[in-house]
Amino acid sequence: MTDTLSSWLTTDAPASRRQAVLGNLYRGGTAILRNPTALVGLIIVALLLLAAVFAPLLSTYSPIAQDLPNRLAPPSPAHWFGTDELGRDILARTLFGARVTLTIVALVSIVVAPIGLAVGTVAGYAGGWVDAVLMRITDVFLAFPRLVLALAFAAALGPGIENAVIAISLTAWPAYARIARSETLAIAQSDFIQAAVLQGASTWRILFRHIVPLCLSSVIVRLTLDMAGIILTAAGLGFLGLGAQPPTAEWGAMVSSGRDVILDQWWVATIPGLAIFIVSLGFNLLGDGLRDVFDPKSA
Amino acid sequence: MSASLLTIEDLNVSFPGRSGITHAVRNASFTLGRERLGIVGESGSGKSTTGRALLGLVPRPGIVTAQTMTYAGRNLLACSEREWQELRGRRMSMVMQDPKYSLNPVQTVGHQISETCYLHLRTSREDARRRTIAMLEAVQIRDPELVSQLYPHQLSGGMGQRVMIAMMLIAEPDLLIADEPTSALDVTVQNEVLRILDALVRERGMGLIFISHNLTVVSSFCDRVLIMYGGRIVEECAARDLNNARHPYTRALVAATPSLDVPRAELATVVRDPAWLQ
Repeated sequence: MTDTLSSWLTTDAPASRRQAVLGNLYRGGTAILRNPTALVGLIIVALLLLAAVFAPLLSTYSPIAQDLPNRLAPPSPAHWFGTDELGRDILARTLFGARVTLTIVALVSIVVAPIGLAVGTVAGYAGGWVDAVLMRITDVFLAFPRLVLALAFAAALGPGIENAVIAISLTAWPAYARIARSETLAIAQSDFIQAAVLQGASTWRILFRHIVPLCLSSVIVRLTLDMAGIILTAAGLGFLGLGAQPPTAEWGAMVSSGRDVILDQWWVATIPGLAIFIVSLGFNLLGDGLRDVFDPKSA
Repeated sequence: MSASLLTIEDLNVSFPGRSGITHAVRNASFTLGRERLGIVGESGSGKSTTGRALLGLVPRPGIVTAQTMTYAGRNLLACSEREWQELRGRRMSMVMQDPKYSLNPVQTVGHQISETCYLHLRTSREDARRRTIAMLEAVQIRDPELVSQLYPHQLSGGMGQRVMIAMMLIAEPDLLIADEPTSALDVTVQNEVLRILDALVRERGMGLIFISHNLTVVSSFCDRVLIMYGGRIVEECAARDLNNARHPYTRALVAATPSLDVPRAELATVVRDPAWLQ
C-alpha cells in the first residue's frame, strides 16, 4: 500500500496536474525530512504551534491565577517548572506565552512584507529621484540598531502588543525593501516587462501583476530566516516592559520578573529564557533547511 | 498603396554618455503605408532603436527628436504616457527577438495573451478567453485549449514566438514592428513563423516593419527595404531591386551573402568608407 502510494507520488510521468503538485510536495517534504537541521527546526516549530493551540489543555493551571502562599515554589510534580513571585504556574505561563509570541511573529510578517515589497518595487522600477528618496529613507532606518529603534518607537507609541508589532514592523521593513528593489532592478530589464509595456499595460499594472509576484519568493525566504530575529526583538521589548503588559504571559516580561531572584530561584527566569532560545533556534534551523532544500543552486 | 499610416521626418535618437553623445539614429525619414517594409543593416546600425522610437520605448537616458512623427494623423511627439499606453498594443505593437525572454515565466500563456484584451477591449473574462483561443488558432497552434494553460518554459521556441505574435495581434493593431522575430529560432522553424506572420499581416491589411539582418529573408518577404548604416538610412529601394542597389554599402552587403548557386571559397567583406557617414 505504502509502496504504491510513494511510487504514485514520485512517478516522472504524472497523469494529472493534481498528481504532479502532490508529487512535488512529497518530494519537498522528503527532502526536508532527510535534512537533519531542517527536521529539528520543523519539530520545534510544530511543537510551538501545538503548545500555542492546546495551551489550555496542556496545563491545568491558569496563566494569571495567583497563589500567593505558594510563591516562588521550586519545580515539583504539582508545578513542573515551579511558580513565579506571585505563585503563578510557570509551565502554564510559558505555554500561553507561545500564543503571544506567535501572534507577534504573524502580525509582523503580514505588515512587513507588503511595506517592503511596495517600497522596494516602486523604487526599483521608477528609478531616478523616486529611487533615491525611497532608498535614502530606507538607509536612515537601517542606520539604527534594530532593537534600539524598536525601543524608541515602542516607548513613543506606548507599551502594548499592538504597539510592539508596529514598532518591530517599522524596524524590519528596510531589509525587505532592499531585497525587493534588487530583484526588481533585474526583472525590469527583462524582455517580458518590455512586452507588457508594448501591450499597453500601465506602470501600476506592471508593478503589481508582473514584478511583485516574481519578488515574492525571495521575500518569503527572507521572512522565514527573519522570524528568529522578530522573536528576539519582541522578547527584548517585553523584557524592558514595552511589550505585552502584565498580567499577560510574555516570555521577555517573564525573564525580566525573574531577574531579581535569579540566584535563589533560578527557574523563574531560566524557563522562559530557554523557551526564547529554543524557539529562535527552531525558526533559524527551519529557515536554513528550507533555503537549502528549495534553492536549486545549492543542491 | 493606401494613404500613409506612419510618417517620420528627420528622426534622431541620441544617448548622452560619459564619452560624449552617441547618435544611434541620425536624420532618418520614411513613410509607411499598409505595406511590408524591411529595415536591414548590421549590428549597431540603429534598426532596433528606430523601431523602439516609433513606440516611444527608447530606454533612458535616450533623447528622441524629429521634425514630424505622426501615426494615423496623431502626433507621436506630443503623446503623454497615458496616450502611449492607449496606442501600444491597440494601434501598434512589436514582436521581440527571443520568446524565451519576452514571455513572463510565471504566467500562463493564455493569461498573457488575454491581458491585452482586458487592457484595451475591456472584455469579459469569458470573451477574452474565447478570443485568446481563436488567436492561438490563427497562429496555427494545434491544441489551443491546452496550450493556453501552459507556461512559457513548456513551449518550444517556434511555439513561443507564435504565442508572442498572438499576444501582439489580438487587439488588432494597424502596425506591427517585428524586431528580428526569427533570429532566435532555428532555420526550419523560421520559415513557418514567417509564413504565419505574413498571412496574418496580409489578411488584416496591416502595416509591418520587419527589422532583420537577413537580406534573403527581407528581399523575399517585404515590399520595400530601407538599408541603415551607422544610424543613417543610406538607401531605400523596392525589395526585388535589391540586387541592383546603387549605394556601395548595400552592394557590399548583397555581395557578402553566400549563395548556393555560385559557391565561393571566400565571401566578400564589406570595406567601409567614412564618407558614408557624412
